[in-house]
Amino acid sequence: MQDRPTILELLAAVREFVTHQVVPVLEGGKQFHARVAANVVGIVERELRDGDEQLRAEWMRLQPLCAEEDDDDPAEEAPPEDPVVLRAAVGALNAELAARIRQGDADTGPLRAAVLAHLRATIDDKLRIANPAYLEHGR
Amino acid sequence: MGAAELAERLASFLTRAAGVPVTVEGLRRLAGGASRETWLFQATVGTEAPRQLVLRRDPGPTSVDSDRAHEYRVLEAMHASGVPVPAVHWLGDDPEPLGARFFVMDYVPGETLARRLLRDAAYERARTSMTGQLGAILARIHSVDVAAHGLGFLPAPHEGRSPAAHELERYEQLYRGLAPEPHPVIELALRWLATRTPDARRRTLVHGDYRIGNVLFDVDGVRAILDWELAHQGDPMEDLGWMCVKAWRFGGALPVGGIGTREDLFAAYTAAGGGAVDPEVVHFWEVFGNMKWAVICIAQARTFLDGGVPSLELASLGRRTAEVEHELLQLMD
Repeated sequence: MQDRPTILELLAAVREFVTHQVVPVLEGGKQFHARVAANVVGIVERELRDGDEQLRAEWMRLQPLCAEEDDDDPAEEAPPEDPVVLRAAVGALNAELAARIRQGDADTGPLRAAVLAHLRATIDDKLRIANPAYLEHGR
Repeated sequence: MGAAELAERLASFLTRAAGVPVTVEGLRRLAGGASRETWLFQATVGTEAPRQLVLRRDPGPTSVDSDRAHEYRVLEAMHASGVPVPAVHWLGDDPEPLGARFFVMDYVPGETLARRLLRDAAYERARTSMTGQLGAILARIHSVDVAAHGLGFLPAPHEGRSPAAHELERYEQLYRGLAPEPHPVIELALRWLATRTPDARRRTLVHGDYRIGNVLFDVDGVRAILDWELAHQGDPMEDLGWMCVKAWRFGGALPVGGIGTREDLFAAYTAAGGGAVDPEVVHFWEVFGNMKWAVICIAQARTFLDGGVPSLELASLGRRTAEVEHELLQLMD
């Protein structure tokens, strides 16, 4: 086990350094890119903190949307433990949902409402990591 | 090629083109413009007073088709039609003299940073006048007779085909070709758009990238409309919808570039002879514009992922797709 600081503490230190020590002494394009760099570190911090939990919640929401009505197999009840397997499983479920939308399954009716509710929750989660200010201020 | 050699070659090209001695001084590259270099210089043509000119040059000799010549002809036609654009003077349709195709146009002083327009006190008058100006200028752009100005080379949908269906197919193909992971929100938007494509009632010249970031302004408002390389023939409502896309509001609350309302934009467009505006059709093009911007974000991140361009900015655009998807979910009923 590594000593403190933790990964998140180290990343916060890098972000603080770039924001307060590097950005102010640069100009023009370099300053802009330094701001982008600090912002990207912030994304990494938030994804390390909340990413796995978001993926599990997305898996739980996707399962019923992608289940076939005449499916005899019992639906899996818990998301995969292994984060790599979980990521691949969510990717596959998203591909299936995309295909269902493309063939018109979500054009109308109850599935449309369920798909919209799921996608709103998913995009809000993506924004909580990529740009939390967008959810608060709409920009 | 360094600036000194470029200045020397430019002077000899201009001397041949103008038929009198031309000197080039103070050549320097202006910021921005990844797809095209922009250089500012002072030219003295024969015995005329020195004047400020701008050189627009392709980034390299590899660009095969002559987009520069097309953009030059569009600018020429717009200038002749009273649309505010920089006057163009010389076209270098041969890459030999300057190492890449180029043209030379007037320098128009002003600002292009939309954030300044939204926030600086100096632009208060511009903020209140620009929505009306943009509507009126767009009406003029759409009234230009494409055939009479020899602009028939501009891309156009097949005769009788809805421009909306044509554009939708183009961007769907682009999306299918590049998306590295599934995007259910984009799928939903493509379905929404496919069932609502408006008919081709009127086909006009379309600017193709009519947004606040492509407007040169000063304290009184619009000085020039820039960046005509995406000009094509299609549904004029496309430009109105693109102008309202949220990504061009730079944090401002109002839908037209953060500074104006849709109603004011449409009223100015109609008052200037652009014809009646059907808000439903513009809404289609606004949804289309957001889908298009989402696809462009994915495409930009893809150029990073493929290892072609090691740019942090391009990489971070991949994570901005979520903002556009959020907006798409708001716009689709």
